[in-house]
Amino acid sequence: MDIKAYIESGILELFVAGQLSSQDNKDVQDLMLKHPEILQEVLEIESAIIKLSSAMSPGDNKHLLQLIKDKLQIGGKEVKVISIEKAKYNWLTYSGWAAALIVGAGLLWTVNQNQQLEMQVSDADIEKAYLEVQIEAAKTDLAVKENLLNVLRDRDIISVPLGGQGDFANTYAKVYWNKSNNSIYLDAQGLPNAPEGKVWQVWSLTLNPLTPTSLGIIDNFNDDDNKIFNIANTNESQAFAITLEPAGGSESPTMEQLHTLGVVSQP
Amino acid sequence: MDLDQLVRDFQKQDERAFEKLYHMYSNSMHGVIYNIVRDHEIAEEVMQDVFIKAWHKADSYNSSKGRFFTWILNIARNAAIDKTRSKAYKNSGKNLNAEFFVDILETADSLNDKVDAIGIEKYVKALGEKCKKIIEYLYFKGYTQKETSEELDIPIGTIKTRNRNCIKDLRTIVLK
Repeated sequence: MDIKAYIESGILELFVAGQLSSQDNKDVQDLMLKHPEILQEVLEIESAIIKLSSAMSPGDNKHLLQLIKDKLQIGGKEVKVISIEKAKYNWLTYSGWAAALIVGAGLLWTVNQNQQLEMQVSDADIEKAYLEVQIEAAKTDLAVKENLLNVLRDRDIISVPLGGQGDFANTYAKVYWNKSNNSIYLDAQGLPNAPEGKVWQVWSLTLNPLTPTSLGIIDNFNDDDNKIFNIANTNESQAFAITLEPAGGSESPTMEQLHTLGVVSQP
Repeated sequence: MDLDQLVRDFQKQDERAFEKLYHMYSNSMHGVIYNIVRDHEIAEEVMQDVFIKAWHKADSYNSSKGRFFTWILNIARNAAIDKTRSKAYKNSGKNLNAEFFVDILETADSLNDKVDAIGIEKYVKALGEKCKKIIEYLYFKGYTQKETSEELDIPIGTIKTRNRNCIKDLRTIVLK
């Protein structure tokens, strides 16, 4: 075997690089043992690579040996090594994430609570406003009723019941006439709502001869709650009557639609 | 000193043998690893992994498979390359393309415990471009002959002899 040619082939360089098949590896190994020139060549190739790569080393690594021995738990020091770096990493990472999660959940909960409270406050505001309106309405209502009561109790007041007439016998009304301030209060609770296109009209009458004077139409009759209407009356009325007239009212009463009539009793 | 005996002791988990082998190869492995990962801290991490792995896998080494240096070089290359494939490493934004061991030699002058780094740099620069790349690929990156020939666009049949000539040049530089 031509040892020199074998060396010059470059196979030993690949052997050191670890690039040979296992069979080639074994051949080189065997030849190395038999031929010192081959062994010497391999040692020099290896040494060249070791020198070159050592020159690439970025710095001292003696301190790493102790770390490695600690991790392997060799070197006399029976230090129980709990992979410091990893533990640190895990502890920090996990507690960091845990803290983030807790804070995040807390934030969400707080925001949610805040929204709920805001909604409750908003509901309470609405309810408060509603109650205020009701109280105001009740106060107004009370004032109106007190006023009415005062009117009815006035000793100058003249009460005139108006009875149902003819086909409308089941209707009724009442007039409270205050001569001192020339106004009447008409309580028309006993009248039905005016049909579409019709309106109630109130008349003041003098009897001999029978002369009707319109006191006006009640065009808000259907919408009124207590059906009490304050109407000016400067006439020397002897009787009051209510007829159902076409919308807008009539010049003179339509007798067929005379619902209620009442005569003022002379004191 | 008989390397074979040292390795056998190491395989019997002999701490002294382990230390000796560490001193023999740690600088070299550190250089190989750093050349791949290009980060001081990561290189130190990988260094520890490599020697711990070597200790645990000592039984798997068999002299009929090759040199002990080649065995541990293989562990180091693989560990370093694995590291560069890890998610954390990729996120660190390192770009390893087109970087060669020669770059490291240029920036590593100041380290006083380095073996003739300054002298080596001067001469390694004198190596041909193809030589630098062949050595990089075959020894420091673990490419096969085929991969190296494709990378350098030279016929696979000539890799062996070209590498031989390059290593010859290198030997005259570092072993004079």
